[in-house]
Amino acid sequence: MSTTSVLYDVPGPRAKRRVLIFSVLAGLAVLAALALVGVKLNDQDQFAPEKWAPLFDPTDEQFPLVWERIGTALGATLTAAALAMVFSLVIGTLLAVTRVTAARWYRWAVVGLIEFLRGVPVVIAIFFAARVLPTLGADLDPLWYLVIGLTLYNSVVIAEIVRAGIDSLPRGQKEAADSLGLTRGQVLRLVLLPQAFRAMLPALISQLVVVLKDTSLGFIISYEELVRVAGQIKEVLSNPIQTYLLIAVIFIVVNYALSRLAVYTERRLSQGKKTARNDDGEAAMLTATAVGGAGTGAGAAGGGG
Amino acid sequence: MNVILDNFAQYRDGFLTTLKFCAYALVGSLLLGTIIAAFRVSPVPPLRWVGTSYVNVFRNCPLTVVLFFCAFGLPEIGVNGLYFWFGVAGLVLYTAAFVCEAIRAGINSVPAGQAEAARAVGLTFTQSLSSVILPQALRTVVPPLGSVIIAMVKNSAIAGAFGVGGDLFAVSDSLTGARGEAILPVLTGVVIGYLLITIPGGMLLNLIERKVAIAR
Repeated sequence: MSTTSVLYDVPGPRAKRRVLIFSVLAGLAVLAALALVGVKLNDQDQFAPEKWAPLFDPTDEQFPLVWERIGTALGATLTAAALAMVFSLVIGTLLAVTRVTAARWYRWAVVGLIEFLRGVPVVIAIFFAARVLPTLGADLDPLWYLVIGLTLYNSVVIAEIVRAGIDSLPRGQKEAADSLGLTRGQVLRLVLLPQAFRAMLPALISQLVVVLKDTSLGFIISYEELVRVAGQIKEVLSNPIQTYLLIAVIFIVVNYALSRLAVYTERRLSQGKKTARNDDGEAAMLTATAVGGAGTGAGAAGGGG
Repeated sequence: MNVILDNFAQYRDGFLTTLKFCAYALVGSLLLGTIIAAFRVSPVPPLRWVGTSYVNVFRNCPLTVVLFFCAFGLPEIGVNGLYFWFGVAGLVLYTAAFVCEAIRAGINSVPAGQAEAARAVGLTFTQSLSSVILPQALRTVVPPLGSVIIAMVKNSAIAGAFGVGGDLFAVSDSLTGARGEAILPVLTGVVIGYLLITIPGGMLLNLIERKVAIAR
């Protein structure tokens, strides 16, 4: 926020008055727009209690039933997202390592695979998993088709994130590790990857938000996650706006929390870096213990030098 | 692979529909995204709040839910039309949040001294934004904005899964559903269609990036 205020001076009395006038006008415009939507919704009887009560009123008889379905569906959404994220992380890391260490004669194959999968819409990847795998004799729960589809797409995205993380490390890290006589595997496992993951943690958390949002595509392949269950609920209660509003709020709350976590992690990490780069050894030590916790802080302190 | 050649006309129409769909969504989301970004950096607090809430809502909500809202919600408040336009509206609303963030990140990347100098020579907020900050910001914005646009093209497939009608994704449905063709070759054709947009798009992006990028 501090950077945006650079765009204009600290307002004087005249500018303050102007800002106030514009604020009132803008506020009125927003209220008018909301009121317009409200009136339209009211005309369609969208505020009728029977459309809201089953979702939001605990005394309504359908309330426990509805929320039981939503709870199960939320569980299903989170399960799919977690599984897809874990698999993508493992496969993505392997792909990134292969791409970094590959000899030239087969590196193009890895790069080609990554570029290919990156260009395919994730909904097609899921559709592909759910429609093509059964024709090849697979007989899995829809959960696994969704997880496979999400993993196909997200593992290459994560591979690129991890590769960027490895590339962002100072060359001295690899050179020092090499000169200590570590093998190529050890250099990656002990020196490069831990630091790359640390630098890429915010990006990885943000990717988790993407995965979570993409699980909603499970409704296309009949996986009983939030969006599909919302579809079933609105069929019974005939209140699409209210049901989808509730689902949207659930997604927004979970994802907003994750986004904040990503921002927080990023801030903590950059704080660590900044202090570590000082020549003041004591400050670097302090940050290393404060940020690192699990001992990874020492890596970044070294990276700063 | 004969399926693709035999139904080439259908694939071509699907490809063109997807292109048309994306072109509308592109123009819409660039416009809306720029406006929201202007809101987010404006000195007027209510506009900033609108911009911030917009971004937080649409960035954290799945596109599927946004599309459902457009398909079921818009008719309820009296907006009627072809599903094609609901699809465009949903994609525009969703993508604009990402466009806004790309532009805002670009504005933040312009060194503070530039804005301070602009103010020192007496430019107003609008002047400094339009003749000093934005021209510089746009160059930094190109790479992230390009990724947003490519992601948008891929997301158009989600709108297609809802039945935009006749786009690339719908081709696979009509060929496998109505004609009972094998799924693998049909989907291969669809994938080729998307790759024809996304891979050259990515290459073009790299090219532009090298041409306009300024080192900071």
